Amino acid sequence: MSALEVEHLTKRFGSLVAVHDISLTVEPGELRAVIGPNGAGKTTLFNLVSGFFAPSAGSILFDGADITGVPAHRRVGLGMARTFQITEIFPELTVFENIRIVAEVAAGYRLRPWLNRSEKAELRGRIDETLALAALSGKADRVVGELAHGDQRVAEIAMALALKPNLLLLDEPTAGMGDQETYEITQLIRRLHKAGKLTIILIEHDMRVVFHLADRITVLDQGRLLAEGTPQEIAANAAVQTAYLGQAA
Amino acid sequence: MTADQRKHLAVLAAIWAALLFAPYWMPFFGGYTALGSRVLVLGLGAMSVNFLLGFTGVLSFGHAAWFGLGAYACGLTLKHIALSTPLGLLAGTLVGGVAGALLGALLVRRRGIYFAMVTIAFGQVFYYIAFQWLSLTGGDDGLRGFARQPLDFGLFQIDLLHNDIYFYYFVLFCFAVAVGLMAFILGSPFGRTMIAIRENERRARFLGIPVELHIWIAFALSCFFMAFAGSLYALVNNFADPRMLHYSLSGDFVIMAVMGGMRTFWGPLLGAIVFVVLQDYISSVTVNWMSFIGLLIVLIVLFFPRGFLGMLRPRRTA
Ligand SMILES: Nc1ncnc2c1ncn2[C@@H]1O[C@H](COP(=O)(O)OP(=O)(O)OP(=O)(O)O)[C@@H](O)[C@H]1O
Ligand SMILES: [Mg+2]
Repeated sequence: MSALEVEHLTKRFGSLVAVHDISLTVEPGELRAVIGPNGAGKTTLFNLVSGFFAPSAGSILFDGADITGVPAHRRVGLGMARTFQITEIFPELTVFENIRIVAEVAAGYRLRPWLNRSEKAELRGRIDETLALAALSGKADRVVGELAHGDQRVAEIAMALALKPNLLLLDEPTAGMGDQETYEITQLIRRLHKAGKLTIILIEHDMRVVFHLADRITVLDQGRLLAEGTPQEIAANAAVQTAYLGQAA
Repeated sequence: MTADQRKHLAVLAAIWAALLFAPYWMPFFGGYTALGSRVLVLGLGAMSVNFLLGFTGVLSFGHAAWFGLGAYACGLTLKHIALSTPLGLLAGTLVGGVAGALLGALLVRRRGIYFAMVTIAFGQVFYYIAFQWLSLTGGDDGLRGFARQPLDFGLFQIDLLHNDIYFYYFVLFCFAVAVGLMAFILGSPFGRTMIAIRENERRARFLGIPVELHIWIAFALSCFFMAFAGSLYALVNNFADPRMLHYSLSGDFVIMAVMGGMRTFWGPLLGAIVFVVLQDYISSVTVNWMSFIGLLIVLIVLFFPRGFLGMLRPRRTA
């Protein structure tokens, strides 16, 4: 069974077709990169998969089940988590508090007036585990909004990890980062992918990151699926060369 | 215990000690016990507004409605139904809180200025009702003919009406219960969802928090606290009048909260102290006391954009 199957997915905004009849399949444990020029429809594809937009046509299967009509927060409950192209955090709270709120909501505690001792201990374990996984333990008490941009992105990824997802969608995690930060986040993604049986879909503009990490690459252009294959296949693909790589190089 | 926790405990101890001994130290600064009771009640009102404003990020400009409803319901209960201070408080809290919860359900989808406008409108509706319904409310003259009753413990009674100090301690007890409950809620998983909504509503929604439901609950809780404060205010004055419902009082509460520091738990109480004391002193000198408050607000916004306490503690609270 595939981790994610997208069938003939289409999204129109008025006359603009942002995602045009895209079908793709991601296998469990795969690390898939999605690339394409600006406005290709990558983020829109994420918004459809994570349930922020309803598709104009097509369907989405997650772990074999049709989730096309399932609202976004339920998809989180099913094991899907994402980060955003523009960092979405709780800026005045600490790293610890950011992760705690995610963990509490994910555990179904959002309306609870208190937690008992074992619930607290379990939650604490989950938070510490997440902090360790993201290598943020040393910064747990820092206010997220005051961290460096790179660390804010890592904190956002940690928030997604606190949901214990099977499928993690990362929208340009290295956007706006310097070389060192890009390197560190690449290592983090690789570690996450190796550590768990996590399926990851990664939108990324930085080709070094893409070729370093991806098992397979999907190329979008103007809402359409232009090509799909291993990094070697994509690097050798003439259509991709002209549409994207040529222009980026 | 970490240094932070120790400091936090020390501050809490200082606040409660100051409140506990207020009747004894206030006179040295020209204060009097009844003024202390008023400060506590208005401070509770400001903290209730701030429960919503500072911790959920939602600005209500009509919270005096629930304050005033509480005051009227408490007064009317004492006047017509039962000669019992606790019952008056209970009735006032329930009437104002339930009204706020019901009307709040109509406005949780609105945000920012639209939310504030609708809350003003609700408040003014109750103001005009109180103003017009002479037979029940006494109209512009206000509701008279009731007084706080002694607390009856069977073996003995505590005279709240004639002994200002007893009454102050009664108000302090009520204040402590309400404020303790507020702190408890803010420290709960639910309270943390309120703060998450304030910090980043989009993110909170993506997380799976039904934002409208949580804002409604926070709003309703804050209305109950507000109505409780209003009921106490009826007891402070043995009187209720339409101005307790008016949006200018709602504005006063917001000013107290912002002046004291709306991201802090205790800031609004400090704001209320400054506001009420200034009002008390300056209004005895000039009728234009509001212009002094206005000047003070301008200075605070310029020099302490996070309010008094916000400056001391640049970040968050308890
Ligand atoms: N909510 C929306 N309403 C209308 N148009 C939208 C909306 N979201 C995206 N679009 C349009 O859809 C197209 C695809 O946008 P999308 O954000 O998916 O591109 P992208 O591949 O993520 O680009 P980038 O690399 O710049 O992030 C663009 O033309 C964009 O303007
Ligand atoms: Mg994008």
